[in-house]
Amino acid sequence: MHNNQIQHKIHFRENKEFHFREEIMEKVKQIISRYPEGKQKSALLPILHIAQEENCGHLSVDVMDYVAQLLGIQSIEVYEVATFYSQFYLEKQGKYVIELCKTASCAICGGEDILDFIKEKLNIQEGETTDDKLFTLKTVECLGGCGYAPVMQVNTEFYEFLDRQKIDSIIDELRSKANDEKAKASTWAEKFC
Amino acid sequence: MGRKILLDKIDIPGILGFDVYRNNGGYSAVEKALKTMSPDQVLDEVKKSGIRGRGGAGFPAGMKWSFLDRSTNNPRYLICNADESEPGTFKDRYLMEKLPHLLIEGLIVSSYALGANTCFIYIRGEFKYLVGILEKAIFEARKNGFIGKNILSSGYSLDIYVHPGAGAYICGEETALIESLEGKRGNPRIKPPFPASKGLYQCPTVVNNVETLASIGPIIIMGGEEYAKIGTGKSTGTKLISASGHINQPGVYEIEMGISVEDFIYLDEYCGGIRGSKKLKAIVAGGSSVPVLPENLVFKTAKNETRLMTYESLAEGGFESGTMLGSGGLIVYDEDACMVRNTWNFSRFYHHESCGQCSPCREGTGWMEKVLYRIEHGQGRIEDIDLLVNISKNIEGNTICPLGDAAAWPVASAIRHFREEFEFHVKHPEKIKNKDHGNIQKLFVP
Ligand SMILES: Cc1cc2nc3c(=O)[nH]c(=O)nc-3n(C[C@H](O)[C@H](O)[C@H](O)COP(=O)(O)O)c2cc1C
Ligand code: FES
Repeated sequence: MHNNQIQHKIHFRENKEFHFREEIMEKVKQIISRYPEGKQKSALLPILHIAQEENCGHLSVDVMDYVAQLLGIQSIEVYEVATFYSQFYLEKQGKYVIELCKTASCAICGGEDILDFIKEKLNIQEGETTDDKLFTLKTVECLGGCGYAPVMQVNTEFYEFLDRQKIDSIIDELRSKANDEKAKASTWAEKFC
Repeated sequence: MGRKILLDKIDIPGILGFDVYRNNGGYSAVEKALKTMSPDQVLDEVKKSGIRGRGGAGFPAGMKWSFLDRSTNNPRYLICNADESEPGTFKDRYLMEKLPHLLIEGLIVSSYALGANTCFIYIRGEFKYLVGILEKAIFEARKNGFIGKNILSSGYSLDIYVHPGAGAYICGEETALIESLEGKRGNPRIKPPFPASKGLYQCPTVVNNVETLASIGPIIIMGGEEYAKIGTGKSTGTKLISASGHINQPGVYEIEMGISVEDFIYLDEYCGGIRGSKKLKAIVAGGSSVPVLPENLVFKTAKNETRLMTYESLAEGGFESGTMLGSGGLIVYDEDACMVRNTWNFSRFYHHESCGQCSPCREGTGWMEKVLYRIEHGQGRIEDIDLLVNISKNIEGNTICPLGDAAAWPVASAIRHFREEFEFHVKHPEKIKNKDHGNIQKLFVP
């Protein structure tokens, strides 16, 4: 259930200085302008997506307050939305969020075995993040790719017809990509985000 | 091969781009409608076509459009429902990814017929990669004068925007979708009032599925009457079927409505039969929300008539021995599939996706999930089976939106058709514990 009984480990004042960079702000303003005067709240979901991306992949209270202010709405209106939708994360995530489909067709076409294998390979359980903060493993409901089962999504990338071999190469590839990026990174944010 | 109306151009190289699409007859429906027809004439053609909503409920699109409140000066909205989250359904994604301009063309013609000057495509958040494809198509159509002010000098103006959701099946329900589009939690509204009079921002609104709206262009080009000649009875036209599960060729197929279920599952041009030459055990015909059908009712109805891929034929026999075409999400199960595990899987899905507004759904889906979990894990009691039926009956019909029904039907139908399998789970917990995920055939000797 999309509920509020779950105790979210919400990150409080961790990033008081959060604000959109200039070029992002341009995009945000353009999105807000799509909706009629007085209905700017409509832009909330698209903007939360952007905010989450800009805040290393999760939403903290500071970020949500900032978005509320930007749209001229109460903070609570943002919190209640952020806690409802499963794509908004209130906790820090790994660099790559693996979302494996566990529903219907994926479950009957080998998805359950893939889940076991990823857990084993990364040595984490569902919902956990690897110690190096690279991977978070989540299971999600039907991703709309049932004909290509089993499927998963890593950040915005789709992977289909998964088997153990494919998982091996996907994870290895992402890992080396991340290491390359880290070696090249110059700023603190790039290194640790 | 059946006739193709939606996917006929899918193999043309470069069809993603405006120029190729246009050179292959694209946007001629917009020209025809805006230059030679009044909005009411477009509406008439859609009514004549008999096309029924492809999102699940199968409500005639022309009738829905005619309910739109035209008496006020409030702006009207068209919303394209691209939330596609019904387990087993992946046709809208395919259509948007391969033929974005077909959808955009349909949106323009439909918005014109409805007198809507703004159209939103509400797309599920997981399809973020499609947003770019759609926005590019919109940009190209705008650059070529098919979107924007005074389209083709007709005096008609239209804007189309893509609006992402953020992971909530319930936002596919049209009033939850509207709430979500307004920047709120996706809690369905009590109806009436219907969106046709009070929808987005309390203005008259039509919500239609991607496939429904993509069909409007072809309908205008060929004429409603011609379209209605395809198919049988009240199932006119072609339908996209998302086929998945234990079949040789999963994928999206466009069928003329009226072919038999047997042909669809076994012919090489469609699903190509059951994987590994196994036997068929059951199907879910229209996405996870519809009743499951056991093998003996898949090819023939209880009246011993051939079961066809139509709204009427799949529904033949009601809940006793029929199912529904729904969104056209066909999931096929082979002889090894475990119906208890599958039902538990579905229940977990509905519990997770319940918005939590209505007690019967919020609590009931959770109870069903728990009871099914314990049966599946060898801790069930024999009375649990009737308990499940009881819970499902208490959810059905007692909620604001049909998610409750959608959660109840798969459970009730699985028990109706596979009661022995549930009983076997309860009576043989030691065997169940050794079961390899869903693989049951080796253990289950009724
Ligand atoms: C729980 C629930 C989920 C739904 N999900 C979708 C969906 O993902 N896509 C869709 O087109 N319709 C969905 N519907 C149906 C819509 O409410 C609505 O009937 C449909 O979008 C109307 O379009 P149509 O008449 O063209 O089918 C859903 C309904 C319910 C109750
Ligand atoms: S069941 Fe996994 S994508 Fe639909």
